[in-house]
Amino acid sequence: MPKDGGIGASTVRREDIRFLTGKGRYTADINLRGQAYACFLRSEVAHGRINKIDTAEARAMPGVLAVMTGADFAAMGGNPAGWHIPSRNGDAMKEPKRPVLAHGKVRHVGDAYAVVVAETLEQARDAAGAVVADITELPAVVDMAQAVANPDLRVHDEIANNVCFDWGWIEDNRAAVDAAFKAAPHVTTLELVNNRLVPNAMEPRASIGDYDPGTGDYKLYTTSQNPHLSRLLIAAFVMGIPENKLTVIAPDVGGGFGSKIYHYGEEAAVLAASKALNRPVKWVADRSESFLSDAHGRDHVTRIELATDLEGNFLALRTETLANVGAYLSNFSTATPTFLHGTLMAGPYRTPLVYVNVKAVFTNTAPVDAYRGAGRPEATFSIERVVDKMCRELKLDPVAVRRKNLIQPDQYPYTTPVGLVYDTGNYPATLDKLIEIADFSGFEARRAESAKRGKLRGLGLSTWIEACGIAPSNLVGVLGARVGLYDAATVRVNATGNISVMTGAHSHGQGHETVFAQIVSDKLGIPASSIDIVHGDTSKIPFGMGSYGSRSLAVGGTAMVKAVDKIIAKGKKIAAHMLEAAEGDIVFEDGKFSVTGTDKAKTFGEIAFSAYVPHNYPLETLEPGLEETAFYDPANFTYPAGAYACEVEVDAETGRVEIASFACADDFGNVMNPMIVNGQVHGGVAQGIGQALLEAAAYDDNGQLLTGSYMDYAMPRADDLPMFTVDHSCNTPCTHNPLGVKGCGEAGAIGSPPAVVNAVIDALHRGGHTHVTHIDMPLTPSRVWSAIQN
Amino acid sequence: MHNFDFVKPSSVADAVRAMSAEGAQALSGGQTLLPTMKQRLAAPAVLVSLTGIADTRGVCLDNGALSVGGATTHAVVASEARRYYPALADLAGGIGDPAVRSRGTIGGSLANNDPSACYPAAVLASGATILTDRRRIAADDFFQGMFSTALHDGEIITGVLFPIPEKAAYVKFNQPASRFALTGVFVAKYGSGVRVAVTGASTDGVFRWTEAERALSASFTPAAIAGLSLPSDGMIADLHGSAAYRANLAKVLTGRGVASAH
Ligand SMILES: Cc1cc2nc3c(=O)[nH]c(=O)nc-3n(C[C@H](O)[C@H](O)[C@H](O)COP(=O)(O)OP(=O)(O)OC[C@H]3O[C@@H](n4cnc5c(N)ncnc54)[C@H](O)[C@@H]3O)c2cc1C
Repeated sequence: MPKDGGIGASTVRREDIRFLTGKGRYTADINLRGQAYACFLRSEVAHGRINKIDTAEARAMPGVLAVMTGADFAAMGGNPAGWHIPSRNGDAMKEPKRPVLAHGKVRHVGDAYAVVVAETLEQARDAAGAVVADITELPAVVDMAQAVANPDLRVHDEIANNVCFDWGWIEDNRAAVDAAFKAAPHVTTLELVNNRLVPNAMEPRASIGDYDPGTGDYKLYTTSQNPHLSRLLIAAFVMGIPENKLTVIAPDVGGGFGSKIYHYGEEAAVLAASKALNRPVKWVADRSESFLSDAHGRDHVTRIELATDLEGNFLALRTETLANVGAYLSNFSTATPTFLHGTLMAGPYRTPLVYVNVKAVFTNTAPVDAYRGAGRPEATFSIERVVDKMCRELKLDPVAVRRKNLIQPDQYPYTTPVGLVYDTGNYPATLDKLIEIADFSGFEARRAESAKRGKLRGLGLSTWIEACGIAPSNLVGVLGARVGLYDAATVRVNATGNISVMTGAHSHGQGHETVFAQIVSDKLGIPASSIDIVHGDTSKIPFGMGSYGSRSLAVGGTAMVKAVDKIIAKGKKIAAHMLEAAEGDIVFEDGKFSVTGTDKAKTFGEIAFSAYVPHNYPLETLEPGLEETAFYDPANFTYPAGAYACEVEVDAETGRVEIASFACADDFGNVMNPMIVNGQVHGGVAQGIGQALLEAAAYDDNGQLLTGSYMDYAMPRADDLPMFTVDHSCNTPCTHNPLGVKGCGEAGAIGSPPAVVNAVIDALHRGGHTHVTHIDMPLTPSRVWSAIQN
Repeated sequence: MHNFDFVKPSSVADAVRAMSAEGAQALSGGQTLLPTMKQRLAAPAVLVSLTGIADTRGVCLDNGALSVGGATTHAVVASEARRYYPALADLAGGIGDPAVRSRGTIGGSLANNDPSACYPAAVLASGATILTDRRRIAADDFFQGMFSTALHDGEIITGVLFPIPEKAAYVKFNQPASRFALTGVFVAKYGSGVRVAVTGASTDGVFRWTEAERALSASFTPAAIAGLSLPSDGMIADLHGSAAYRANLAKVLTGRGVASAH
């Protein structure tokens, strides 16, 4: 292993030096010569008809350069949905145009309808206050059940009942599933809400448009998880700029969790304003704007039924879900509640029959899209809650029931009834590991000790699986995706032997710069300190699809490994020439090309030098230089899985829940950097606990966001969380990528919410409050107390 | 933020003069006022900073009572009031976070009278006296409902006099997001009787739970209030808790306060 850490080493994160010393370079840190400042006007009503926007007074204010409204963008294209999801009756989904700025109508509080550009931000804000918008408020559609039931309430005038699509998965299985329910000895039913969340990346969104009148080139600095996708959407769909005339740069980005996957109207607006003014235009969201206009997450209302025999063997599972898409379709909003949710409804279990119905519903709320886990947390929560409820109804042990329904290690590849093929796994092993690391056998003693202090202690469990490493393009194409989901990397060996790797993945906190360098270092025998990872700039990197869906390593990392393989293959050719040996006799090991069975060898550096100073080089048969690009399209999803346990203490007098411990036994395939993997799990579990106990985006009946600041939106803080016990020793390497990796970015947020809720329900039952069968998240003190009272 | 003028007088008299200017507003720790200005929800023409007046800062004994200057920060009360009035120090040490505590002041907190703020509970339960540039106001007269006090325009809180109880405790139940008091109860036992003040719960702001005071004056034990209950009428109901929940919290926290009083 190279001296500063290869595959498997807990190398400390190189990017942290700049982040922790304030040397990160985020979009807001970038100041271009002559830049002007944009301030957006956002709707204060959830639904309204725009009669007139009078900008005359604002235009006359000091420093004002331009005021643009929806009318100025009416001729531009809409921001499209990335997946087409047909209804089960074959109807196409409803795709209302999502304009750059609202035009004709505003459809949610925070919907931007005008932008003021001025010399200074204060001037832009002052002038924004002088824009007079005559907007007639219309009745708002907020509640999904009401949206679907009432044909007169419409978010988009042309869409009756506000239904985007009514999707059945798999429709052909429906009759068999229904029949199994009719015949089943026991059916457990649960109605639940998967609470709406605000992503709350630490860095708010920001964009700078920079048009160069000399060349006609546009440059966009923006907070993006996938600059090429943003470029494609802006160029080909919204603005009609040729792709080659637009560069998108996502520099350091302070977290995304999904919310920065998507293209937002503000990006097009600053580009258009920059072109109109011939100067850079900068916009940085404040936190209030983020709450109102970032794509939110989750927001499902689900009825789930589980059919079993009396021993708890799963016979069939059926769900009906209303999934909120908000006022407009964000780029992945249609895929999240369908192919990232319905296809996961088998979980890690052998349930033979599954049917999922999802209606996506428009409401006068902010758009809802993928947020850490995206669909898979919703699936996992529904399954793991209904399994626990069934165990209680039939008085069965939740560990034993899960164990006997898990897919067994000898059953792979395992084809689920919801269309996925799990390549490998060992779910019983992670469950066993969990029972050990969470010390299940000591629970009773801990419970008794809590009881002495007047607290109710409970233990909750979840066994989960996810599909990530998104995604095989041909498969997702069949399923309605309008993009491919490969990734790309270029490995450029410089003449002096050091290396720049240009990757299509985008790091916004994950640590790619460290881990990717570890992998290349390991493969090439070059110290990681001689390897740079370049990402986030479409003018530098090959066309990649960015980071989300725990795909960076499994897809982007694989592309990088394939490019490295090409480098080694070419290096062998050069070495064969220099060493006067047959190419087939050259072996590459520990950074050296040698002739097998001899001590004749050339170092990697000598080969690189020769490639760029090709004096003794096979120029007739081989190009000089040492730079290779590879694209990689995965053969399947990857399937990380695990088992989580949560212990809580409930104060029954106040309803307060304290997390006493949290343990995770995960299978992420091969682990490249255990420290970073632990960190990813910690962060994911923190978000999952946030969802379970604290976080909720709440709108009132008029569509006003009640939780529009940290005064009311409760983010998890360090002292809300226990020390986590994390294990990833039960590894089954992924079978279809060369690193054997599966992905770990979303796991924590997927597996944890049901473990927490199951633990609280367990505590209440042990405390004698057996009437409580479910509490909707977040389990705030007030909700838990109320549940105990009723 | 809109433009404003800034003055920092070094005496109460100068501050009072400065406050007579058109659009003048007192600025103490700025932990409430500055965020409001940044959001453009307030736009005072002149900010009169009160933190440069030496005699409104600090903690000392005054005739057996604890005197806290109006511009004393929560951090200073948390450390320096501890040996005189530990429950008050506990309360100050539980406000916000270290940054808030090292700037926010008692005068600012009381003038603002946020219905979920902590200090009003201590001041009311202690039967404290609020000192201003022109008069003394009894705690029972000072708090006049949410964000409303007996202060006149331009009147400045210069200090607070706290009679020191035999025993007291502040029990705060955090609102999960803001970590202000979802409900907080201050219990103080004096030779003359027990006072109980509840913050965070009522739509009228901080209030005394007189029924509990009577019961606890007779017997300072959690059992003494076991049979009592607070009506939920008039309690705050919001995302974080129903009216019934807050009424329950007030009672539970009172019991815990009695049990932990020191
Ligand atoms: C993150 C955060 C968390 C917080 N958590 C809590 C908490 O848990 N509990 C709690 O009680 N509070 C909490 N606070 C509020 C904090 O205690 C504030 O410091 C306090 O409410 C205001 O005091 P200030 O000195 O900052 O006043 P300022 O913000 O300067 O002023 C507030 C108001 O009072 C007026 N004013 C100020 N001083 C005087 C005076 N001497 N005479 C007359 N009028 C005056 C001002 O004109 C203004 O209207 C929190 C604040 C923040 C930002």
